[in-house]
Amino acid sequence: MADGDDPVTPAPEITFQGQATIGAAQLFAPLSLSLAAGQWTCLLGGSGVGKSTVLRLIAGLQTGAVFDGSITASDGGEVVPRVAYMAQDDLLLPWATVTQNVTLGARLRSEKPDQARLQRLLGRVRLTEHANKKPAELSGGQRQRVALARTLMEDKPVILLDEPFSALDAQTRADMQDLAVELLAGRTVLLVTHDPGEAARLGHSIVVMEQSGLTHCPPPQADVPRKVDDLDTLASQAALLRLLRGEAA
Amino acid sequence: MMRYLPALAAAVFAVAIWQLIVSLTDLPKFILPGPLLVAETWWKSRALIAEHTLITGIEVLIGLAVGAALGIVTAIQLATSRVARVLVQPMLVFTQALPVFALAPILTLWLGYGLWSKVAMAVLIIYFPVTSSFFDGLMRTPPGYLDLARTMQASPRAVLWHIRIPAALPNLASGLRLAAVYAPIGAVIGEWVGASKGLGYLMLLANGRAKTDLMFAAMLTLGVFSVLLHIAVRKATMRMAGEGG
Repeated sequence: MADGDDPVTPAPEITFQGQATIGAAQLFAPLSLSLAAGQWTCLLGGSGVGKSTVLRLIAGLQTGAVFDGSITASDGGEVVPRVAYMAQDDLLLPWATVTQNVTLGARLRSEKPDQARLQRLLGRVRLTEHANKKPAELSGGQRQRVALARTLMEDKPVILLDEPFSALDAQTRADMQDLAVELLAGRTVLLVTHDPGEAARLGHSIVVMEQSGLTHCPPPQADVPRKVDDLDTLASQAALLRLLRGEAA
Repeated sequence: MMRYLPALAAAVFAVAIWQLIVSLTDLPKFILPGPLLVAETWWKSRALIAEHTLITGIEVLIGLAVGAALGIVTAIQLATSRVARVLVQPMLVFTQALPVFALAPILTLWLGYGLWSKVAMAVLIIYFPVTSSFFDGLMRTPPGYLDLARTMQASPRAVLWHIRIPAALPNLASGLRLAAVYAPIGAVIGEWVGASKGLGYLMLLANGRAKTDLMFAAMLTLGVFSVLLHIAVRKATMRMAGEGG
């Protein structure tokens, strides 16, 4: 398995269908989105089109919108308890050490954290020697690696990423993308992003969200994470940007 | 040592102005005694002042501990229960609208002339700042933390203990720091209304007998005590406030 040798329950496909309204205004028209099992789906769009709302609805979080529709898993199980969530803000508790932050889920459920798993994950995100530091002592990239380890510590088959890399500098972002793909392999991932380059690098499938609805875009040929200088990927990035700007692809 | 220099300079400056006013106006010493006379009186009456300082100190410390504990418990109750918010919050604000001075005689009537009516005054005066600042902190947990906890299937109790309370500790620290300044005021008001011991009583007594120098000595002692208490509470709450350590 991607993050070591622990077996993850087989990741289900997630199907999202429905529409959302805020008061009398429609946030997004009826849409249908499938997250393929064990693959990365990138939901790309500008600010305010409701892409984060889609993610939050899948996570079972409050959105301020009224949702009319259904969110189902292909194996018929519940979705919300099988989801792990990572946001743009690393959401590290400033008073807790790296270890305490990574094991937050276990502490919140009054469970004993799996020490072997913790050590393995800290090693994978190269933070073993920082285990007892507070978040304020870490760089932005290190903090986001802690957040990634915390997400993986939850060992959930569905991973929801809400622009987790957008606050990082360019090279740290590329490193984080590589690391995330490596560690999240085999899980069903939804990445919400406003960055066409990120979608082109990471998406097994790429969906552009606009007020009018969803547009499915063909992903580049290469395996994810695609090389930053892969020509096909760069062409795809350009095509996505044109689409976002309202030009014909 | 260098960091105490500004405070020392300010104190010397204040005393110099005081002495200047005394020299220029030539007021009789029962109206405005000079710093030298006050220092002399303070030294001569140090046993008397120490005895009364001890009493006021005990009142303040008990009041601070009880008031802080009550405030913390109330804030947690308010933060976790909508019913408590509806029933208790307006009452809390209303009690703050009442002048504490007006309550002092009735507290003395109920609790007697001894220690406890002063403790009650100190508790009353600090209860609100502690409750209100901690409660604000508990209600303003960054929403991202709560989202994260929700996706981790956390119970409300676990969220309170592991996230909301630690996130609100800096607010509690500022409440406690305010309380350290207010508590001596509460105790002294209690002593003014009816007491036979304490710095407030000593000030009133000295004033009544035109021993203004002793009144000043007692008052300055109270001031120094309050400042030291504030510094102590500040240091004690530094970790809580997320400063250093």
